Amino acid sequence: MTSTIKAADAASAGDAAGREIVRPKLTFGQRLSWFDVKASPYAYISPFFLLFGLLGLFPLVYTFVVSLHEWELLQGQGDFIGLENFATTLQDRFFWNSIFNTLSIFVLSTVPQITMAVILAAILDHNLKGKTFWRMSVLLPYVVTPVAVALIFSNIFQEQSGLANNLLGVFGIEPIEWKRETWASHVAIATMVNWRWTGYNALILLAAMQAVPRDLHESAAIDGAGGIRRFFSITIPSIRPTLIFVIITATIGGLQIFAEPRLFDVSTAGGVGGSDRQFQTTVLYLWEMAFFRQDFGRASAIAWLLFLLIVGIGLINFLISKQIASAEGRALNKKTARMLAKREGVSA
Amino acid sequence: MSLSTTDARAFPLQPARGRRNRPNTGVGSRPGFLAYGLLVATLLGFAYPLWWSFVVASGTNATRGETLPLIPGGNFWANAAEAMDAIPFWLALWNSFVVSSIITISVVLFSTLAGYAFAKLRFRGRDGLMIFVIATMAIPTQLGIIPLFILMRQFGWTGELGAVIVPSLVTAFGVFFMRQYLVEVIPDELIEAARVDGANQFRTFLNVALPAARPAMAILGLFTFMAAWTDYLWPLIVLNPTNPTLQTALSQLQSGYYINYSIVLAGAVLATIPLLLLFIAAGKQLISGIMQGAVKG
Repeated sequence: MTSTIKAADAASAGDAAGREIVRPKLTFGQRLSWFDVKASPYAYISPFFLLFGLLGLFPLVYTFVVSLHEWELLQGQGDFIGLENFATTLQDRFFWNSIFNTLSIFVLSTVPQITMAVILAAILDHNLKGKTFWRMSVLLPYVVTPVAVALIFSNIFQEQSGLANNLLGVFGIEPIEWKRETWASHVAIATMVNWRWTGYNALILLAAMQAVPRDLHESAAIDGAGGIRRFFSITIPSIRPTLIFVIITATIGGLQIFAEPRLFDVSTAGGVGGSDRQFQTTVLYLWEMAFFRQDFGRASAIAWLLFLLIVGIGLINFLISKQIASAEGRALNKKTARMLAKREGVSA
Repeated sequence: MSLSTTDARAFPLQPARGRRNRPNTGVGSRPGFLAYGLLVATLLGFAYPLWWSFVVASGTNATRGETLPLIPGGNFWANAAEAMDAIPFWLALWNSFVVSSIITISVVLFSTLAGYAFAKLRFRGRDGLMIFVIATMAIPTQLGIIPLFILMRQFGWTGELGAVIVPSLVTAFGVFFMRQYLVEVIPDELIEAARVDGANQFRTFLNVALPAARPAMAILGLFTFMAAWTDYLWPLIVLNPTNPTLQTALSQLQSGYYINYSIVLAGAVLATIPLLLLFIAAGKQLISGIMQGAVKG
């Protein structure tokens, strides 16, 4: 307000200028205010876009430039070599090994995790005693950092007298070589991811379930639909958008696993993903290529290929689930409308 | 903001208490033994690895050999002290605290500013830019680490905390989150009224938007802090072992040739304590934050 008064004084000075304009002239204060309205939004969003552009997008794009060059950690930029780094990477069996491991661990962690999260959410959606206590208890693993999780579970899955093999021994099962065998190591690493994230995702899904109108369940129950039937015909279709959200987040995160495989078995191979690379994920391979072998060019090619893979899988996920969602959505809407109409008819 | 759907469940009283007679509507009803059994099993599965770590950390290397150790020994502080000697623990703790705090303040501040602009101000290109923000949320910018490293080395920042802080100063998610919240909680009339009263844009932001945004800022801050605290890959690349964050320091415990499990686990437990305290203090906010993000995301 003080600025308006000051500006009005200053406005008289500017009066002489702009005589040709026919419409009533704006005072300096008004012009200032107009400028304030027009420019402020840009001022508010610019810190985000500047910082994000410089430190988020630019490096990502520049990764492609680096990948087109011979580029070493110490020597820096070398000759332009076109797509040679990509060609080398695509023929590199360690690269394909890392892709296989990433996808395998990804499937082993995503599928059980989301299934368990849905079940857990359905249980939490009941009228439980001690609601907050149960919700907090499923979130407990989330506060343990991935590094600590990796340390804890690499001890649990220690081949000699780790907790996992001790427990298996109780049931008379031979000790499993968690760190040497490919599948066993993938299961162990997936377990870490599942342990940390299942409860978190369950809470997200719980929120979606609570938004489902209770009427729907009641009418369905009156119509004779059992609990399981209602779960699959009402709950799951209703929470589908949230389910898609959870799946896509899990995809982006799951394909970039690093701390868990890096720290799973440090003592045998210096933390590059097993003595035989049996659990080396792609981000771990990228890291090895960049900072152990110091080949930035090839590491950048790996980064770009992984980027394409993540975006590709994300898109496929999105398209599939969108199609299912729209088909189900139509059916659901019809069903909902019918049920609600029926209920209103009853109460009216 | 408060998620009170549960209280709002107007649920008809069940007249018959017979187990089979009443229509079991499942959702919203009192769950049976099976549900509680599954919950207890889940709780045990989630909590026991942590408890096991503490038990082993408070025992000796031999404790690990026991099948299902339950009772902690008396060596925790001795083992913890050894873990603290093996790595620069207090420096790492301090570094993590500094890094996470600065990142949190910056993300919350810039997200609120931009989120407010996207939610409540009209300007050319707004919708296009917002779609851009949403699209970038799905892009793994983490994969730009190589140019980012080259950049940091050129600035001469490698080894310094600034190199960890600067790339995380803003997030697309933060902007999206604040926009979703502010678009609902601030009535347009309130902004109009502020303008009629002669408040300029920034004053309106300070006096109208900021107070309304406070609950969402707290939640965004909580999650940003946790994300910064748990980050491992980038600090590992850009910092030296002599000036680590808590996560990179902790990972050094595992890298020796001879591993004393009690000491490693003592370190893991120690490093978990700060977030555990945060969880106990702000667990409810964390839960409602996760559940809100879901409904609106």
